[in-house]
Amino acid sequence: MTYFVLVCLVMGLVTYFTRALPFLFFSVRKPPELMDFLQKYLPAVVMAILVFSMYKDIDFSAAPYGIPALVAGAITALLHLWKRNVLLSIGAGTAVYMIFIRMI
Amino acid sequence: MRIKKSSSQSGRSSILHAAFKASIPVLLGYITLGIAFGLTLVAAGLPWWLAPFMALVIYAGAAQFMAVGLIQSGAGLLEIALLTLIMNARHMVYGLSLLEPFSKAGRWKPYLIFGLTDETYGLLTTIEPPPDLDKTKFYAAITVLNQVYWFVGCMVGSLVGSAFLFNTTGLDFALTALFIVLLVDQVRAVKKPEPYLAALLGCVLALFISPKNFLLVALVISTGALALLRERIEGGPRGTVSQGVSDKTKQDSVEKGDRS
Repeated sequence: MTYFVLVCLVMGLVTYFTRALPFLFFSVRKPPELMDFLQKYLPAVVMAILVFSMYKDIDFSAAPYGIPALVAGAITALLHLWKRNVLLSIGAGTAVYMIFIRMI
Repeated sequence: MRIKKSSSQSGRSSILHAAFKASIPVLLGYITLGIAFGLTLVAAGLPWWLAPFMALVIYAGAAQFMAVGLIQSGAGLLEIALLTLIMNARHMVYGLSLLEPFSKAGRWKPYLIFGLTDETYGLLTTIEPPPDLDKTKFYAAITVLNQVYWFVGCMVGSLVGSAFLFNTTGLDFALTALFIVLLVDQVRAVKKPEPYLAALLGCVLALFISPKNFLLVALVISTGALALLRERIEGGPRGTVSQGVSDKTKQDSVEKGDRS
């Protein structure tokens, strides 16, 4: 039990450290211009990587060839481009996905 | 979520209301994923309280799943610390986008940093708080709500254990959909191909270099590529173009918030 708690505390501290690092680093001195540039464009990069990561473990060579995730993802993106309603985009995409994987 | 109209409470409840609305996608994703985590943990033979405890002190999805395996194999604390560092290293750059808003967050700052998961980062960098609300409190409300969702999910999953029969298979697609929606919002604001090409390059290379540390490797390569493309992206007089982009992001988000 002590081991369980210790593991959690160590992981918690390390996780907090990774999240706090930029704040520790740049609270004293002003961030360099490059950082200013990165923080503007990194969210776009990170979101693209996260979306990619959700698809990377799908086996596209065997049935259902990743079709449910691709179709549901496309529906999510198109709905969001069209209606800009977050809940609608995510709700419809997820519903389509859940129906799809039960049918195939 | 109660909405009181009394004057002293209205500020607080409208903040909670706005934050709740913005965080509903995370609610769906976190409850589902949290339940999956709780089930996994109990199925691995670990005590049920460990799942909500982890949600409280670690609060990192991927790292928690990894923890179950590590505890089972009786890994050493140093090894665990190192693996956690590698797995969560991507968080080291998240704060860069939030230095400015968090600098005004006062006593909330340590907690806002603690709660900076992938999903919370996505919400905070994409959604602009309604203009009449306190930005810090809005951020704090989103962060607290997200952790509550995660905590409840982990708790329910581990308590109900394998007796949970409702078939939620596929509901976790809500997280993928959330990332897609946030990406679409970014595409709308950042109308330049370079950041996405940098991301694609990083992802493809990471698949070959180290699929196990995919997120970290992809992020390192993409960030490097992005930095190299800086002059191309900013073009003209330094700073002016990207400043415009940043302001536009906020404007778009505000409009969107009003409409929905």
